[in-house]
Amino acid sequence: MSAKAVSCTIKSAVALQIGDAVSDSSRPGVYITDITLAEPVNIQEISFKNYYSAYLTVRLQRREDSSAKWVTCLRNYCLMSNPHAEAGSHDYFSIHRHQMLTEPDNVTTVRLILRQPSSEWLNFSIEEISIYPCAKEDLERDVPAWLSTLTPVEEPLDLNGLPDPETVSSSIQQMWALTEIMQASQTAASIGRFDVEGSYDVKLLSYT
Amino acid sequence: MIMMDESAELSVSITQIVQRLKGTHLHSQLEKQAKECLHKPEIKLETLKDDVRRFLKASGWERKLQNAVYRELHILPPPGHPRAPPEHTKEPLAYMRKAQVNWEKRILKSLNSMCTELGIPLARKRPVPEQKELTNKWNEMGTDEPDLSKFRPVYAPKDFLEVLVGLKNPNNERSEDLTVRSHWGLIQVSLNVRDIPQMREMYPELGITYGQLGIDDHTHVPPDLFESEHIHIGKKVESEQDSAAAQQYSRQGCPTGLRAQLWSLILNTSNDPEDITHYEQLKARVIHHDLLVDNLIYKDVKLTASNDDYYFVFEDYLYQVLLCFSRDTAVLEHFNYNCATPPKSCIQSKSGSEQCAVVYPPNGVIPFHGFSMYVAPLCFLYNEPSKLYSVFREMYIRYFFRLHSISSHPSGIVSLCLQFERLLQTHLPQLFYHLREIGAQPLRIAFKWIVRAFSGYLSTDQLLLLWDRILGYDSLEIVAVLAAAVFAFRSENLMEVTSLASAEAVLADLSTLKVMPLLQIFLFATSV
Repeated sequence: MSAKAVSCTIKSAVALQIGDAVSDSSRPGVYITDITLAEPVNIQEISFKNYYSAYLTVRLQRREDSSAKWVTCLRNYCLMSNPHAEAGSHDYFSIHRHQMLTEPDNVTTVRLILRQPSSEWLNFSIEEISIYPCAKEDLERDVPAWLSTLTPVEEPLDLNGLPDPETVSSSIQQMWALTEIMQASQTAASIGRFDVEGSYDVKLLSYT
Repeated sequence: MIMMDESAELSVSITQIVQRLKGTHLHSQLEKQAKECLHKPEIKLETLKDDVRRFLKASGWERKLQNAVYRELHILPPPGHPRAPPEHTKEPLAYMRKAQVNWEKRILKSLNSMCTELGIPLARKRPVPEQKELTNKWNEMGTDEPDLSKFRPVYAPKDFLEVLVGLKNPNNERSEDLTVRSHWGLIQVSLNVRDIPQMREMYPELGITYGQLGIDDHTHVPPDLFESEHIHIGKKVESEQDSAAAQQYSRQGCPTGLRAQLWSLILNTSNDPEDITHYEQLKARVIHHDLLVDNLIYKDVKLTASNDDYYFVFEDYLYQVLLCFSRDTAVLEHFNYNCATPPKSCIQSKSGSEQCAVVYPPNGVIPFHGFSMYVAPLCFLYNEPSKLYSVFREMYIRYFFRLHSISSHPSGIVSLCLQFERLLQTHLPQLFYHLREIGAQPLRIAFKWIVRAFSGYLSTDQLLLLWDRILGYDSLEIVAVLAAAVFAFRSENLMEVTSLASAEAVLADLSTLKVMPLLQIFLFATSV
């Protein structure tokens, strides 16, 4: 997404443990992190970098009318297919709007619940969290009132068996983008020379 | 909506492949063919696009394009998250990247100190008389007996093993005692490796109900049961020139008479005038510039292949391939998906006082002790140096490079070692425990087999049967399985030894082993 991330405050993770956190020798298997947003946002995407978390549950607090309601938008999303093995442990992930169980609109707080059942790992967390809002909303706000009255309200088109113009235009846009890339780019064939103007007197290798 | 993400990824892959194929020899050939076919009567202006396409399909050019795309898919870097930096896409685990960087530093230091001690430059232009001499001697470089006593290999597999043993994940709990959680074996990282039930699903064609070359072509078995039919299918695959079909076919083994063509088809290498010209250009570079790594190659060939009963006859070929390999900058492309970095140096440009960064050696690969054994078995298949060269280069950039760089890839050396150890621990726990107790950790014996993909340890016909399956399944996993199967086969003798030396003696000679029965028994007859 080219949209900029919203600013948010990420609170430090709280471990959920049975028993006394200090004296107990076993490590927690659940961490909870809250992220508060400056103003209510319609979320398009949440992206982050994993660090050894196996499963992720996301809960959102939405502002509905005057009350705030908590809903679960993602339940036990698997980040590491085998919690005991390294696969997925350092990967980057994106959760998109369409993957969520409920509409992430007017969100004020995001709660991330991280689970790691394996005893292999000393710590686990989620890093570099970014939340991206829906793009359309901003554009609508920027258009001044007198401009919006100039464009008439569109009537629903009578398609008569023709394909939906939205899907056609999006697929054409994709193909156009592809052709643009291919025309603009150089070929990948390499020249193949390793010397500099005919000389290749290498003395020592450099440590970078 | 999930579909949209998949198709977005697909269009990115398509764009990448188109970009890579654009400007290649195949592209110009296709354009030429399309232009020439316009003269043909069956091509009509109204249906131009369809007619040209149909022509290209009928004349076999579409198949060539398919093979080229299939090859690009093999070496396409894995799709990464848009936020992931390139080094993360090549290797996600930070501690492995760090270990690889440290290992490379050690190699650079070793090479630099050798260069300083001996007073020999890493690279220099050959004086003209020397160039002439080398051109005359090109086909018999093996007769030369240069003084190589001062040179020592930059590293040997056992040095690399120590680095892998020392790999530790800082986020892993590792107490010093042998607890339930600590690993019995040498590899201390937890990667996902397949167990036998999973491998039975991955390698069904190796099962008991399928015919195999290496088992069902034995003299006692009548050929009509499997062998004749298999050869017949092989001939058809070869005439169709279909890369994907050849790869699938290779899973049950390639007949000796077809193997060279089939491997070349799977790897999509050709011997067009363009490839021969490329090889001649590399040969010219060998003549013009002398590299220190050339001496390392000479030494390696003299120490390994020349001493081997099967391979000493190919000594000259090995020089002709490896010296050219060091100067081939096309190999640098594989660093797009290899987390290793090629060594660099700064040289003065002739015109100004600028310092230019160059890669050394030009292909970015520093050979180690035993490197020439990657090429030696191929000499049995190809006798033209340019063909031999293309096949070796493609095999290196697809498979062999993973055997000497640190990564978490399923075909990488770390995963293979871990898989070997886990298979033994799971299915031969008594043997593993016994060997550990007598100070003979199994990986210390098996590592040299795995690093060389068994080249030089098995007899050549058996080795080629093994490499058939590496190509067929596009994975080096089978090497780790074979290592475990060898231990399983000799487990009775191994249970009786009482020292590392005697364990090594039991496993010293693998030349009588038959690879396919061992693999089949281990994968499909072990009780799980």
